[in-house]
Amino acid sequence: MTDGSIKSRTGVHIEDRIIDEPSPGERARKRMFSHVGFMIGGFVLLVIIALAFLAPLISPHDPLDQQLARKLIPPIWHDHLKVTWAHPLGTDQFGRDYLSRLIHGSQISLLIGFSAMLISGVIGTALGVAAGYFGGRVDMVVNFLITTRLSMPVILVALAVVSLVGNSLTIVIWVLGLLIWDRFAVVMRSTTQQVRNLDYVVAAQAIGCSVPRIIFTEIMPNIVNNLIVVATIEMAHAIILEAALSFLGLGVQPPAPSWGLMIAEGKNHMLFDPWLIGIPGTALFILILAINLLGDGIRDVTAPENRN
Amino acid sequence: MLIYAVKRLSVAILVALTVSLLTFSMIYLSGDPAMALAGEAATQADIENIRRVYGYDQPIYVQYFDWLGNALKGNLGQSHYLNSPVSEVIFTRLPVTMILGASALSFGLLLAIPLGVLAAMRPNTLIDRFALGLAVIGQALPSFWFALIMIFFFGVALRWLPITGSDSWLNFVMPSIALGYYITPAVMRLTRAGMIEVLSSDYIRTARAKGLRPSIVLFKHALRNAIIPVVSLAAVQFGFMLGGSIVIETIFAINGLGQLAWESILRADLPMMQAIVLVLSCFYIILTLVADILNAFLDPRIRVS
Amino acid sequence: MSDRILEVENLTVDIPVGGGMLHAVQGISFHVDRGETLCIVGESGCGKSLTSLAVMDLLPSKAFRGANVLNLADEDMLSADERRMSDIRGNTMGMIFQEPMTSLNPAYTIGNQMEEGIKRHKNVSTAEARERAIYLLEKVGITGAASRLSQYPHQLSGGLRQRVMIAMTLMCGPNLIIADEPTTALDVTIQAQILLLLAELQREFDMGLILITHDLGVVARIADRVAVMYAGQIVEQGTAEQVFNRPTHPYTQGLLECIPIPGKTDRSKPLGSIPGIVPSLIGKFSACHFAERCPYAMDECVAENIDMQGAAEAGHEYRCLLDNETCDANARKKGVA
Repeated sequence: MTDGSIKSRTGVHIEDRIIDEPSPGERARKRMFSHVGFMIGGFVLLVIIALAFLAPLISPHDPLDQQLARKLIPPIWHDHLKVTWAHPLGTDQFGRDYLSRLIHGSQISLLIGFSAMLISGVIGTALGVAAGYFGGRVDMVVNFLITTRLSMPVILVALAVVSLVGNSLTIVIWVLGLLIWDRFAVVMRSTTQQVRNLDYVVAAQAIGCSVPRIIFTEIMPNIVNNLIVVATIEMAHAIILEAALSFLGLGVQPPAPSWGLMIAEGKNHMLFDPWLIGIPGTALFILILAINLLGDGIRDVTAPENRN
Repeated sequence: MLIYAVKRLSVAILVALTVSLLTFSMIYLSGDPAMALAGEAATQADIENIRRVYGYDQPIYVQYFDWLGNALKGNLGQSHYLNSPVSEVIFTRLPVTMILGASALSFGLLLAIPLGVLAAMRPNTLIDRFALGLAVIGQALPSFWFALIMIFFFGVALRWLPITGSDSWLNFVMPSIALGYYITPAVMRLTRAGMIEVLSSDYIRTARAKGLRPSIVLFKHALRNAIIPVVSLAAVQFGFMLGGSIVIETIFAINGLGQLAWESILRADLPMMQAIVLVLSCFYIILTLVADILNAFLDPRIRVS
Repeated sequence: MSDRILEVENLTVDIPVGGGMLHAVQGISFHVDRGETLCIVGESGCGKSLTSLAVMDLLPSKAFRGANVLNLADEDMLSADERRMSDIRGNTMGMIFQEPMTSLNPAYTIGNQMEEGIKRHKNVSTAEARERAIYLLEKVGITGAASRLSQYPHQLSGGLRQRVMIAMTLMCGPNLIIADEPTTALDVTIQAQILLLLAELQREFDMGLILITHDLGVVARIADRVAVMYAGQIVEQGTAEQVFNRPTHPYTQGLLECIPIPGKTDRSKPLGSIPGIVPSLIGKFSACHFAERCPYAMDECVAENIDMQGAAEAGHEYRCLLDNETCDANARKKGVA
């Protein structure tokens, strides 16, 4: 980058060329805020999280409160006699307010999604980083574990285990967490491998830094970007899995307002009261979409070269 | 190439053995299997009886090797509920799932690959955004909900398609779509990314400079290279799809392996559950192996070394 | 049929970029006759590669091409549609690229890739195509040609791959070959062989050859005529003898100062260098592009565009306001003439 003016030998004056560049932080922030998917996904996710936290405050009714006299009221936009603002999203076959169940359901999805993601993240990252950093036998063992895990059909195993051990929220979280760590391991392993051979890591080794120190101060900051992206993918994955499990009756137990369970319960009334599956399904769709958009956005902003 | 295949095969066998071990140990997750089998009203004598009949009184490793030995001979035990050998039942139900899987795979690929190619040929245009949008939506749509929506519109509201059973090919349309679109987003993105990369490569420039026709450049030269990783991905995703068939089969009441798995889980028919998990896992392992070998075969750089 | 294989007049290439319109090639004119080698020489970014792509009509879709005349042996290529161009490419006009390692499709055999061109353009049987492939592979000095046909590109070294590329370009017997830095990516020892090979083949098949390079040593070896490009324009053009022995344009003189040429350069003096950097070609720019770096620049030089003017001998032209005698004197003072 040139500074100051350039004069030719004859003294003819060529204009100054001073180049003023923004800092990396400013550039990243600018990219973030101009990335449509990131902003939308992040915003929607924040809204849903807020709903989950404020559920007890903003729910018009108790999600478990059955009022059989008020069963199967359609949502407010239907052209029907029974429609009322007391139940803007209608009621289900037990007379429970759908809006309240929807809002409380977000708690379940987010809780399970986040916890399972956390558990699988810890397992997968530990395995992946170890494999990527140490290589050799450790890598072989981890690869073997990953291949073994990938050889097992997740839904089937989850269903089988839950049916045998029992289905509580905790068990579902742990079963999922112990099953979906593979992508964490694979991605963290390859990222660590790439970072491992960078000059400053080798330099840290050369000056005698201890292994934990190298891992935490040199390697981790560089793989954090990928880690966050995979975390969003797996959180979405866990949410879908929980919904599927609950839909099949082997996830969260009724009368909890899990969205998957709501779909299952509404399935039999689908013909005349399609909103019973339409509303929770749409909620699931929006939540997953938001998380995916956020993850894509993070990946685009931090490492556009990984875009596909 | 041969060495590569042999190495992969030995790893696959090892993995299969590990999976068999894990599957076998499933039976102990609910506590004492003899007690579970005997039921709540059983006496101690009943439980002991069951224990002896089913061999639960043997040391664990003996039980495992017995079970493994039998499995290798094709004997996966007796179903607790159906009163027939597990392998027989699985064998009868397997073809239906295979048909479903094959048609779902075809649908998924026929949608994904052309879209990916088109999107790569015209990046950032309408068709590209449409393809990417489809991928994004596809990844966010839970398959069981998608299936229900389709049932509502095509089965109930419009009455175009049957919603349960597995009699005619029409029964397989909606399930194939519901199951197949699961692989579309990933395959489409990979095809698109691969094509974009390949289309800007030097050998494509050479092909154009030779005056070859555009369709030849696109298919013979570009797609041939871009498709290599896609084949592996499709093979692996096919496996995941089969696992997910349990949900689709139960919704559409299709009499396949997934439905069988579901029934045996509901009835706690342990031998059946174990066997299905084992069979599916072995299938996955074979698929991954096939994917690896296909990958190596399609790329002359690996095949002819 | 006339001897003139390629006639280019006022060729321009413009590419829209972030900061405006990049005028990568600004009105260049040149020609190639049968049996003649024209070397287009210039530093990276001067537009020489884009010139060759423009002639072949292989520019990226964003780019705009314009010209007054673009004739391939009396056929007007400006009005040719894509179908006609695709008939011409690889047939009467061929191109060799810089990177032999990546210019061949890794998924198909050498034979497959060599034969597909001739089968596309000419009505030959597979056996005939194969025969011609073997013939040409031997011509480019590859032994065991028949077995090479069933090999894959990754099994060959860079030098061999480039020979294959040359043979492949010759399959349909083109009248004109454009070689864009064919030896830059190869070992120095191989470079000489490939160049001599090109020169030999050109003589034998009586083709026109445009060789694009930044290496003056290459030019000295095989050029009949030379066009010196700088910042999108041709600044000097003439026979090799004219340009090397009586360089007129200050840039050419500067170049020759920089590069030691055995037999010409005085070993006791330091090598020259040209201070400054290449100007940006984005947006309007009228003036001599070299003025900023030219030791003889005058006020008139930055006023407006400069046309080509003739030098002392016929066929030798340069783009400078200084007259011929002054330039000669400068050259002699620098020791390059």
